[in-house]
Amino acid sequence: MKYIPATQAERERMLAAVGVRAVEDLFLDIPAEARLKRPLDLPPAVPDPTLLAHLRALAERNTDCDRLACFLGAGAYDHFVPSTVPHLALRPEFLTAYTPYQAEIMQGELQAIYEYQSMMCELTGMDVANASMYDGASATGEAASMAADLTKRAEVLISTAVHPEYRQVLRTYTTHLPITVRELPAIDGVTSVEAARAAITDATAALVVQSPNFFGAIEEGEALAKAAHDKGALLVVAVAEPISLGMLRPPGEYGADIVTGEGQALGNALNFGGPYLGMIATREAFVRRIPGRLVGRTVDTAGRPGYVLTLQTREQHIRRAKATSNICTNESLNALVAAVYLSTLGRQGMAHVAELCARKAHYARERIAALPGYALAFGAPTFNEFVVRCPVPPAEINRRLLAHGILGGLPLGRFYPEYDDCWLLCVTEQRSREEIDHLVDHLETLR
Amino acid sequence: MYPKELRYTKEHEWAKIEGKRVRIGVTKFAADRLSDVVYVELPSVGAELKFMEPFGVVESVKAVSDLYAPISGKVVEINTALVEKPEILNSDPYNAAWMVVVEPSNPAEIEQLLDADAYTAHVGEDQP
Repeated sequence: MKYIPATQAERERMLAAVGVRAVEDLFLDIPAEARLKRPLDLPPAVPDPTLLAHLRALAERNTDCDRLACFLGAGAYDHFVPSTVPHLALRPEFLTAYTPYQAEIMQGELQAIYEYQSMMCELTGMDVANASMYDGASATGEAASMAADLTKRAEVLISTAVHPEYRQVLRTYTTHLPITVRELPAIDGVTSVEAARAAITDATAALVVQSPNFFGAIEEGEALAKAAHDKGALLVVAVAEPISLGMLRPPGEYGADIVTGEGQALGNALNFGGPYLGMIATREAFVRRIPGRLVGRTVDTAGRPGYVLTLQTREQHIRRAKATSNICTNESLNALVAAVYLSTLGRQGMAHVAELCARKAHYARERIAALPGYALAFGAPTFNEFVVRCPVPPAEINRRLLAHGILGGLPLGRFYPEYDDCWLLCVTEQRSREEIDHLVDHLETLR
Repeated sequence: MYPKELRYTKEHEWAKIEGKRVRIGVTKFAADRLSDVVYVELPSVGAELKFMEPFGVVESVKAVSDLYAPISGKVVEINTALVEKPEILNSDPYNAAWMVVVEPSNPAEIEQLLDADAYTAHVGEDQP
């Protein structure tokens, strides 16, 4: 950043140029009672070296997954980020680009978005994906209103095995819409197909599930899709851990109508919880109801390929109050990161990362389940997360592990009071066998 | 000139009485104003239309507009040829580009619609 000085003489010149006598005159429009009439309550200025040392000390009170062995997931995942990702995605042309307002002159940005959309379609098994949304939770909220619009029905049924924060955002989203949200209690850590069948009515616009779900379990997608479709409802599948799609069937293949998700795991850092990457994809028949930006590929008058923002009549700058969504921005940089990540890994790389995650997580799962006092909470098949019942309060375990450089899992009691002895663990490809063994050794002493 | 045998809404839909049924479309004025039509969304057969409430959407390269029902009733036919080739709305708005056929639930509503002269006055004499 440039240092721009403002000396007394320069200030006088500026004041003279705008025709006021003093800086205070610039604030005349602000009512006197709203103005602070004393200096800010700040400590005296310190020399630069002292200030930097102070800030460094503050920063060191943080810690991160480069220094801890992270076994925490629950919607945000510690995956390895190949160096191609920062190298390409942080180029200034991409780093500083905002949503393409001058779309046609931003061919590079548009092409990047187009590639991202195409990869999202491949990953989810759907026909069309948008240029991205804020995060997995808001994308799921958008999917609910999309489903209500498509089916002309007013109720959304959501499994309690969906991320609790996604459910909270869905409620926020629908508070002022003519949509009611009903929860479908998960049974033994999964969404019961029978319970879903019984709960879906002719008024249900969509059944919303997450797979792998918040407890790490893989849902019976095909049966749930059938249960929804039999009553004319849609199936919305949220994917919080898209690396799982390197190994599991894409939701489009088992009948999902809208796939939402959190793309953070695809090359994005944990970023203190945001910015993240909202994914949404659907079938071609529903394209006019998808929210947000869409980039299409076309040819110009000379027959050369080019990229455009397409189907903009869905959006609020044209459709006004009747737009499909009030979101017209996107998370382009995060989407670009995902696109670079996916193209770096390729199909095989993605399958390999997914397999590493699953193998390591299953190794940890078996070893912990074999420990006296510890047991698996649920029996359903899992990918890279699983729930353990603990002999000691999970928050206490986390406190003790942190002293040994281990970031433990999520104590489930925070979101599910009935599971206050349960601990949601995540194992990604980043965890070494030594780290897992180290965790198990510590747990053995904690009972 | 607007066909004498049709009735019109101020939102530019036309209604044609065919015995116990009413055929619905939009006027040439609306089609011209929209310019090239690229997409038409119609209700499904069996849907209930309510007088002067939106029942569908027509989208052009310039704008998106709601379609307003000139009469209440149940949809018994929709023009799938129009959905497949929306551009016929620009070339043949009163014939090939009809949109839906309804069985009116309250035929008296037709009296509230404009006749060709009143519609002409509404859109202005200089319009086609």
